Amino acid sequence: MDKKVKLTKAKTESSSEERAKKVKLARRKSKRFRKLKFKSGLFIAPSFLGVMTFFIVPFGVIIYYSMLDNPISANYVGFANFKSVASNEAFLTAVKNTAIFSAIAVPLAVVLSLILAMVLDLNIPGRTQFRTFFLSPMMVPVASIVLIWQVLFHNNGAVNDMIMKFGLNRIDWMKSKYSIVVIVVLFLWKNLGYNMILFMAALASIPKDILEVAKLESANPLQTFFYIKTRYLSSTILFVTIMSLISSFKIFREIYLLTTDYPYPTMYMLQHYMNNKFKKLDYQALSAGAIMMSLVMVVIIGLLFFIEERFGKDVEG
Amino acid sequence: MEENKNQVIVEPTPEEEIVPRAKRTVNQEQDNDLIALLQQGQKKRKKILSIEKIAKNDKKAARIRKIDNFIKIFLATVIAAFFAVLFLMPIVLTISNSFMASSEISSNYGTVFATNANGGKVYISEKVNLKFIPDMVSFSQYSTVLFKSPEYLMKFWNSVILVGPIVLFQLIVATLASYGFARYTGKVRGVIFFAYVILMLMPYQVTLVPNYLVSNWLNILDTYWAIWLPGIFSPFAVYLLTKFMKRIPNSMIEAAQIDGAGEWQIYRKICMPLCKGAICSAAILVFIDYWNMVEQPLILLADGEKHPLSVFLSKINSGEVGLAFAVATIYMVPTLLVFLYGEEYLVDGITYQGGVKG
Repeated sequence: MDKKVKLTKAKTESSSEERAKKVKLARRKSKRFRKLKFKSGLFIAPSFLGVMTFFIVPFGVIIYYSMLDNPISANYVGFANFKSVASNEAFLTAVKNTAIFSAIAVPLAVVLSLILAMVLDLNIPGRTQFRTFFLSPMMVPVASIVLIWQVLFHNNGAVNDMIMKFGLNRIDWMKSKYSIVVIVVLFLWKNLGYNMILFMAALASIPKDILEVAKLESANPLQTFFYIKTRYLSSTILFVTIMSLISSFKIFREIYLLTTDYPYPTMYMLQHYMNNKFKKLDYQALSAGAIMMSLVMVVIIGLLFFIEERFGKDVEG
Repeated sequence: MEENKNQVIVEPTPEEEIVPRAKRTVNQEQDNDLIALLQQGQKKRKKILSIEKIAKNDKKAARIRKIDNFIKIFLATVIAAFFAVLFLMPIVLTISNSFMASSEISSNYGTVFATNANGGKVYISEKVNLKFIPDMVSFSQYSTVLFKSPEYLMKFWNSVILVGPIVLFQLIVATLASYGFARYTGKVRGVIFFAYVILMLMPYQVTLVPNYLVSNWLNILDTYWAIWLPGIFSPFAVYLLTKFMKRIPNSMIEAAQIDGAGEWQIYRKICMPLCKGAICSAAILVFIDYWNMVEQPLILLADGEKHPLSVFLSKINSGEVGLAFAVATIYMVPTLLVFLYGEEYLVDGITYQGGVKG
């Protein structure tokens, strides 16, 4: 506390903002705060130690491994592993497939969930029940409904049965380029509920008086949507987009359960590549692959933070 | 009628009163100007009166709007119902099919699963017969699963053993850590928290490689510890609970401090009771995540005996299809129960996540 007084006296000419900063710093240095810092640090310790040993330290080791030719002889080879992985055909197909899948699934997931949220935002009868229905797929383990998916999309399955009734040719959903449709449907089924809840919360937070004023000024629903709602939803839309993008990278689980280890080539995702490398215990390729993947993720997450910083305050502040 | 009304209103304001007294003596031209002004005023009044007309029309408009609104809500309900059917169909089908006898299942879905195993040699019927209601409700699937083939129950038990400790201990570790993060924010902690968020958002395949390495070093590969330990220290619950704990008003904590409570007491007696809801949300989200896990056991547990039911279900072959729906339903039941019991917590939990920054 003494220090605080001294500091503030010494720099009387400094601006009030700077002074506030100094005061804060001085308080941080004070005994009480050091104690608090230490004690609350103890609460974090177990979690931090766990995260260090299970995630962060081994990740550092992976970076080290990715630069070696193999763990035993341990010769430094620089970026050769990255180059060989990046030129690997299987890796490239996996990247391409993952990119195509995300490009199709993410926009659909955002738009459809926004539509669902807006539908539920109108006071339709049975609103809470509908919410429960839309959210339920999130709770159901994928393994449980994989059987149904197989029945639906098999060459002799129910979907083809329907298609043939309309006089069209059947499509071998699982074993053709259309296989991506099967996964997109499964992805949407699983993720729409989650996104919808986020949108519903955002819609509910739009001040009602603004919408009422818009109505009085005889704005039509489209105008209200584009000029008012999208402004308030913008940060949520971005958040949902990025969360969907992240979960679209996790689609491996569903594909694995549907087709086990050897899916049709268009379903061969990045994670399949990693999984197969695990079986061969190819540490170099694994580490290089993991690092490249994590770099992409860091860029995406950085974008998310940047956007939140930049636009999140647009409406709230 | 309306013109009459106008006159009635205009009459009580004759020229003399409106034209200022001082200007009365000024020449006629100015007077004319004033009269013109007055007439303009009259026109304005007419306009005001015509609003009454609008009010009458308004009732009509209101009726139209009502119908409009009704159509809107009707359409919205139709859309919602359409999606609801699509969303619920797989779940309902799985449950209803679990009450069919094995013979009915194989006659309905024979083509799908027989070709998987025997290369299409078994010919039952060309088409799949998607049925919601079984011909005859039978519990034969369940009785076989529960009493005659113990391996399914074993796998179910594996799932429970794998998930239970993770949920429990992750929450304990996470409530402690999130208290630490919420209580004091400094630069170092900011960086650590940022690292947690990045870790949380990473796909499994990235974190699995480090996990595998550590499990190898600690010699716990192929044991449950290999899945428990990374699960317990997974940063997700920390993130969610920190976001919630930061909302606890500082005055509350300060009041407790003045009353002589130490950090542990503040954590135990103030934060924990206030965070009950958030802890439930976190518990549900962690539970779904791990009940659904496939990748970790696949890589970290080479021994198939230890695999949870989720991995086992995907390997079901044609001979067991008759049981698969019952197994799938049994696997689904815990999550559905949690969902029905804690839907509000789940919704809250998702809403807290909206916005990554703490």
